[in-house]
Amino acid sequence: MSDHSHAQEHHGHDEHHHEQSFISKWVFSMDHKMIARQFLVTAIVMAFAAMIMSTLFRLQLAWPDEGFAITNWILGDKWAPEGIMTSEIYLGLVTIHGTILVFFVLTGGLSGTFANLLIPYQVGARDMASPFLNMLSYWFFLTGAILMLGSMYLPTGPAAPGWTIYPPLSALPEAMPGSGMGMTMWLISMSLFVVSALLAGLNYIITVLNLRTVGMTMLRLPLTVWALFVTAILGVLSFPVLLSAVLLLIFDRTIGTSFYLSDIYINGQPLEHMGGSPILFQHLFWFLGHPEVYIIILPALGIMSEVIAVNSRKPIFGYKAMIGSILVIALLSFIVWGHHMFVTGMNPFLGSVFVFTTVLIAIPSAVKAFNYITTLWRGSIQFTPAMMFCIGAVSTFITGGVTGIILADAALDINLHDNYFVVAHFHIVMGLSAILAMCGGVYHWFPKMYLRMMNKKLGYAHFWLTFIAAYGVFFPQHFLGLAGVPRRYYTNSSFPIFENLGSIEEMSTWFSILGAAAQFIFFFNFFYSMFRGDKAPKNPWGSNTLEWTVEAGHHHGNWGAKLPVVHRWAYDYSKPGSKGDFIPQTIPLAAGEKDGGEGYH
Amino acid sequence: MITLLSWAVIILAVLAAVRLMRIYELSAELRGGKPQWEITESDNRMNAVLMMVFAIAFFAFCFWVFFITKDKLLPLAASVHGAQTDWLFNFNMVIITAVAIITNFCLFYFAFKYYKGKKNDAATFFPESHKLELIWTVVPGIALTVIIFLGIKLWNNITAPAQSGAIVMELYAKQFDWIARYAGKDNVLGKRYFRLISDTNPMGMDPTDMAGNDDIVVRSEFHIPKGKEIDFKLASRDVIHSAYMPHFRAQMNCVPGMTTSLHYIPTITTEEMRKDPQVIKNVKEVNEILSAKGEEPYEFNYLLLCNKICGNSHYNMQMNVIVEEPEQYEVWISKQKTVGESMTALLTVPIADENRKQIDALIMEKK
Repeated sequence: MSDHSHAQEHHGHDEHHHEQSFISKWVFSMDHKMIARQFLVTAIVMAFAAMIMSTLFRLQLAWPDEGFAITNWILGDKWAPEGIMTSEIYLGLVTIHGTILVFFVLTGGLSGTFANLLIPYQVGARDMASPFLNMLSYWFFLTGAILMLGSMYLPTGPAAPGWTIYPPLSALPEAMPGSGMGMTMWLISMSLFVVSALLAGLNYIITVLNLRTVGMTMLRLPLTVWALFVTAILGVLSFPVLLSAVLLLIFDRTIGTSFYLSDIYINGQPLEHMGGSPILFQHLFWFLGHPEVYIIILPALGIMSEVIAVNSRKPIFGYKAMIGSILVIALLSFIVWGHHMFVTGMNPFLGSVFVFTTVLIAIPSAVKAFNYITTLWRGSIQFTPAMMFCIGAVSTFITGGVTGIILADAALDINLHDNYFVVAHFHIVMGLSAILAMCGGVYHWFPKMYLRMMNKKLGYAHFWLTFIAAYGVFFPQHFLGLAGVPRRYYTNSSFPIFENLGSIEEMSTWFSILGAAAQFIFFFNFFYSMFRGDKAPKNPWGSNTLEWTVEAGHHHGNWGAKLPVVHRWAYDYSKPGSKGDFIPQTIPLAAGEKDGGEGYH
Repeated sequence: MITLLSWAVIILAVLAAVRLMRIYELSAELRGGKPQWEITESDNRMNAVLMMVFAIAFFAFCFWVFFITKDKLLPLAASVHGAQTDWLFNFNMVIITAVAIITNFCLFYFAFKYYKGKKNDAATFFPESHKLELIWTVVPGIALTVIIFLGIKLWNNITAPAQSGAIVMELYAKQFDWIARYAGKDNVLGKRYFRLISDTNPMGMDPTDMAGNDDIVVRSEFHIPKGKEIDFKLASRDVIHSAYMPHFRAQMNCVPGMTTSLHYIPTITTEEMRKDPQVIKNVKEVNEILSAKGEEPYEFNYLLLCNKICGNSHYNMQMNVIVEEPEQYEVWISKQKTVGESMTALLTVPIADENRKQIDALIMEKK
């Protein structure tokens, strides 16, 4: 370890004298901090697009018979004649909204931003293990993102079989217009995305394992790094499976193979494909797809751990239990995928195994939630906007998490599968928790990213409006599900039985408009503070972790001539006998003082 | 032009916001004091109080939504296992609602109580407690064991094979409607083959399979008798659909290239369900809305709907399910034409020799 850091020191030293050109500094940068900002800004743009899409289809769901000028303005006469969207574009919007948020915002955006920013900073490294692959990862990501958004402009519309792209619907252009060119672009975009995720993930893993500074043992790592590290492992193990599923689908679409297709008669003729199984795709897809939701939520939980501990001015409660939970969740996440497929006709015995493993995952999740709450208990809570977002994320993690126990129960899932109960569940537990924690992370680390401070009052306004709107949109949707309303319906008006649920749909839509409007406060605060915010001090929140020991100013290589040396865990807040209420990791242990990471008992 | 104007308005609004922000910041600086981003005690107090206000408002909102919707939810389950499903759902719901309320309350209450201020300037150093951690690993562990046990028991019960003697019928999905087929007197479904599908033979019934002769094919609605087990075989001819019959708490995907199945015993006839107070109330509400729109009044029916995205008209792929007393059902079914009756017409009239040869070739190929 010490040899390695020595070599790094020289590398870092040289970097200081080396002037970077505009292109190598701002565009094709290999600096992890710049790449983190590139990921973040790209994710914000993508999230904005996905948010506009969701607002449009919420309008459609609440008032299916009414035209809206804004719908027509955004979608044009082809897709929204007289302001009423067509069912093709409705499904397209739903699909692209889901794809963007799951992959481009909450996977690429969340991990890309915070793993890039925090892993090298918090382990005390000059940069990622391979800055070049890191840069490549961003450019693959951006290319994928552009293709995905670009597919909205195709004359046949974007891919529209839902973000899970189940064949045969996604395999046959005859089945729907979106399964033509739109689907092709979706598949290319996703392949690029997987390449990006793999390049990034390998880099994160190697950096955490090999580039920790002197004294930074695994049990002194902040929980952010633990979460991002395990997330990267999940990604590296599961994304290749998605890529293979996508490749087989491409073969079925182009060269006439029959991996997923058999016995199909469509558009007036029988197809030649024989012997394939559409269910095979679902197994491959969810083998990624379920770890994927933990790829989304673990970094969010990592951010929450750090922000809640710092702003409670207390050590995170149960540090080792938190690491244990992360590991157990990661392990279990690989053996629960079948709970997405209870009604595909799978063997009932297999179903009961998946019930068992899925319900089991509630235990480490509950441990995490209880630990957050105990961290608040008898704390001295500083309500920074970041802290508020993270408290909000704990709340949504609980509220959305408990309904997961219902859906994990195969017998109950039969009636709720694919209806609005599921939509409410996963938006709250995964969507909201991750987005709220991501916002928290942005407010918390903005000073490290842009060397300026965001506006506090706008942050408060953003939080309260977002939080109220978030629950307002999704909580009522549980009841739509319990009334039997299926998801991905363009309108409920073909079923008179759903007619008197209109007021619930409208409530959900009004809150979604409020939520979307609140994000403009954030966009304004973000871009304004980037240029005009107050200059950030070195350690504005009084944190222990290493990123706050870096001098202000962005230079490739992070620390000066010497890398920091770590002497303690990251959570010595309000430690009895210490002077201030925090002790940075670089302060040596006093005589007889025990290190928290090694345990107190 | 309108687009251009809209953009101009948006850009002007952003510029105005930037100027306003600048003025606000300058005036704050003039008043002196700390940088804007530092968290003051009054910030903490305000947000702490708001956390508590939010908690109360949130719980109130959740219960309010529950009370305004509870009569609009699915009525009483109309099948034997559906009633068991509802019981288990309610049981789990009580547990998770209690957990969600208690933990959310602790979260917001601690946030409210322990804000940093003069009175609470130092946090308590409390990094771990093995006893506490053990308690909240073991207690959920026990609760979840009960949930898993009850869940798997019911799941095994629902997915066990149908009793012999159950009425066999097929639900056949295609973009964008359903076809229902009864196995007829022999209770055996005749074979199908997708290459035999034509406009006049939409399911691709094999005319050479005698088991199919007494099958009965119906569209737009199918009838089933109360108290008898129905063994549904599910299939699709194009993409994946999902046969969802919410009132019976039943659902299963229809997958091209394979047969799936589900079975249930209906317990409430359509007529009986129409007299259920909750159904009456809902139908009244729906009819008020429909008459305001100038549409036909609605009468309650059990539904089969598609619950797996299947294309542009996914939202409108439905069939009515009529549950009747067994005697009424017998009368209804005896009036339906069998495939044999309609197939003879089909095979003799429109199919000339050449087509006939094609069909034979296909049947040979299949064998």
